[in-house]
Amino acid sequence: MSTEKLTIAKAINASLRTALETDPKVLVMGEDVGKLGGVFRVTDGLQKDFGEDRVIDTPLAESGIVGTAIGLALRGYRPVVEIQFDGFVFPAYDQIVTQLAKMHARALGKIKLPVVIRIPYGGAIGAVEHHSESPESLFAHVAGLKVVSPSNAADAYWMLQQAIQSDDPVIYFEPKRRYHDRSEVDTTAIPGPLHVARTVREGTDLTLAAYGPMVKTCLEAAAAAAEEGKSLEVLDLRSISPIDFDSIQKSVEKTGRLVVVHEAPVFFGSGAEIAARITERCFYHLEAPVLRVGGYHAPYPPSRLEDEYLPGLDRVLDSVDRALAYQG
Amino acid sequence: MTVDSTAARKPRRSSKRAGAKKAAGESELVQLLTPEGERVEHPDYSIDLSPEELRGLYRDMVLTRRFDAEATTLQRQGELGLWASLLGQEAAQIGSGRATRDDDYVFPTYREHGVAWCRGVDPTNLLGMFRGVNHGGWDPNENNFHLYTIVIGSQALHATGYAMGVAKDGADSAVIAYFGDGASSQGDVAEAFTFAAVYNAPVVFFCQNNQWAISEPTERQTRVPLYQRAQGYGFPGVRVDGNDVLAVLAVTKAALDRARTGEGPMLVEAFTYRMGAHTTSDDPTRYRRDEERELWEAKDPILRLRAHLEKQGLADEAFFASLETESDALAKRVRDTVRSMPDPDHMAMFEHTYADGHTLVDEERAQFVAYQASFAEESK
Repeated sequence: MSTEKLTIAKAINASLRTALETDPKVLVMGEDVGKLGGVFRVTDGLQKDFGEDRVIDTPLAESGIVGTAIGLALRGYRPVVEIQFDGFVFPAYDQIVTQLAKMHARALGKIKLPVVIRIPYGGAIGAVEHHSESPESLFAHVAGLKVVSPSNAADAYWMLQQAIQSDDPVIYFEPKRRYHDRSEVDTTAIPGPLHVARTVREGTDLTLAAYGPMVKTCLEAAAAAAEEGKSLEVLDLRSISPIDFDSIQKSVEKTGRLVVVHEAPVFFGSGAEIAARITERCFYHLEAPVLRVGGYHAPYPPSRLEDEYLPGLDRVLDSVDRALAYQG
Repeated sequence: MTVDSTAARKPRRSSKRAGAKKAAGESELVQLLTPEGERVEHPDYSIDLSPEELRGLYRDMVLTRRFDAEATTLQRQGELGLWASLLGQEAAQIGSGRATRDDDYVFPTYREHGVAWCRGVDPTNLLGMFRGVNHGGWDPNENNFHLYTIVIGSQALHATGYAMGVAKDGADSAVIAYFGDGASSQGDVAEAFTFAAVYNAPVVFFCQNNQWAISEPTERQTRVPLYQRAQGYGFPGVRVDGNDVLAVLAVTKAALDRARTGEGPMLVEAFTYRMGAHTTSDDPTRYRRDEERELWEAKDPILRLRAHLEKQGLADEAFFASLETESDALAKRVRDTVRSMPDPDHMAMFEHTYADGHTLVDEERAQFVAYQASFAEESK
C-alpha cells in the first residue's frame, strides 16, 4: 500500500504522471502546460520528465487543441487536454459537440475517441469574468460525452486514471477552489467504478446530493444540521454523465427528501434532471418536492458578489429547512 | 487561351529559382494540360505518365462523374434525401486522390466522392448517409479515408492532429485535408494552419476553390487569392488548375512528398468550378449567371484529357466504348444497391453512442424495447 496525503492538484499531477509512465500513447496538451506547469501548476514538472513531445505546449486556440487531439486519437494516441479555465472552453465547444461526441457513433463503432478534457471549474476564487463558471450541464446534455467531477484527492487521482483508460471522451471537471484541499490517496488501491456515487455521510432525514466543490459545502451543512438534531445523508455523485440514479434513489427511499446542490445555474442544471427522474422513480417515497440549490439565471457576477451567487452553507440549510417543512 | 490561365503568359522564372519562395501577389496557375488538351511544361512541376496511367486517370474521372450523376438521379427519384454533386471537380479530386499513397490518410468534406473512389471506398458506401440509413458508417481505417465531415472546416484540425501523430511515430506517411473556399473563412482552418506550421506537421491542405460557397462567391471569403494565405503562416501555397488532372496530380504529389520528408505543411488551391448546385436542395439560378457556367464548361476536366488522349493516339475507340459499358454497369450497381439498402434496425440508434457503455442509454433502450413490445401484445 502506498498512501500519502496529497492536495487535489498534486493528485491530478500524480495521476497524469502515472498515465504518462504506463502508456506511451498518453499525451498531455494545452496552453502553458509545459514549462509553466499550467496556470494552476497541475502539470508541474511533467514536461521536464516526459519531454516536449508528450507534454505539449499548444498554440492559444482551444478549438485547435481539441480538434488536433481528435486527430491524435484517430492516430492511436490518448490525449489529455487541458482547457485553462471553464469560460474558455467555448471556442472548443463545436469540436467537442459536433465531432468528438459523435464520431464513434458515426463510424458505427469502428473508431474510438479516448480523449480526456480537463477543465478547472467553479467559482469562489475571486477571479475576473469567465474564470468561475460551471458549464457541466452543457456537456452532460450531449450524447457521446461522459462528464465527471472529483471532490477529493483520492478521487481526483483515480477518476483521472479511469477517464484516461476509458475509450470514450470524458470531460473531467476539476473543482479549482478545492485544488489545495489535502486528503489521503492510495495509489495502489483498486478503485470502484467511475460512474458510481458514494455516500460520504450517512443520515436519515434528508439526502443532499452534490459533486465537485459542493460536496465539502454539503458536508459542512450536514455537520451544522446535526447540531440542530437533523440527520442529513450526503451523496458525492462524482459523475454527471451518466448519473448514478440508483444510488440517489436508494438514499431517497430511506430519507424521503432530496436537495441537489451545484454551483451551476439551477435552470436546466443537473439538479433539474435529478429532480425529474427521482420524482418518477420514487414518487411515493418522497415527503417533499425535490429542491435545488445553485447559481442564479444571471451571468456569473463580479467576484465581490460571488458569495451571494454561489450556494453556501446557509443557502443549503435554508433549502433543507424548506424540504423538512413539508409534513405529510 | 481562357481568361483564368492568362497567368501562364507571365515570364517564367529560371528553374534555379523555381524552388524559392514565391513573391507576394504572384498568382501563377500551375497547368500541365491546357483546356484544348495540349501538354505544356511548368518549371516547378513536371509529370511523366505512361499511356496506361493517363487512360487510368481518364477512367477514374468518367466513372466518378457517372456515379455522381446516378446519385443525383437517385435523389430526384426520392431514393436519396440529398446529394452533393462533385460535377466539374473530377480532376481536382482524382488528381489529388491518385497522388496519395496507401499509408497516407485522407480527411474529406462531404463532396470528395472522387477521392473516395481513388482510396478504394466503394461508391455505394458513400450513399448511406445521403439516404439516411447511417451517418457515414465505413471503417475509416480500412482505406485511410476518414468519414465525411459536414461541419465546415472541422476536419482540417483532425488532419493536422493526425499528422502530428504521424510525425511522433516517425512514419513517412502524409496526411491530406480537403476543404473548400467557404471553409477558408472558418476559424478551424486558420487554427489548423497555425498548428500545422508550428509543429511542422506532415499535412497537405487541399482547398478546392470551386468559386461558390452555396450562394456566396469567393469574393465574400477573401480579398487575396486563397493560396497566398499560406505565406502568413510560414508555409508555401500554390494555385493549380483544378480542372487539369495532370497538374493536380503533380502538385499534390510534390506537396505530399514534401510533407513526408519533414518539410512540413503546404497549401494547394485547386482552382476549379462547381458545375452543379451546392446540393440537390440548392438553386444556383438565383445567384449566378449561365454565362459563367458556360465559360467553365470550356475547361471541362474530362474533355480536355480525352482531347489529349485522342490527339496523341493514346486511346482508341474500343477503350472509350468499353469505358461506356463499365460506366453503365457501375450506374446500375449503384442504383440497385441503393434501392435495396435496408432501413437500419430500430435498435441501431442506441448502438455506438459510447464505446464503454452508459447507464442512461441502457435504460432508454430498455424503455424503447418495452414500448415497441407493447404493440406486439396489443395485436395478439
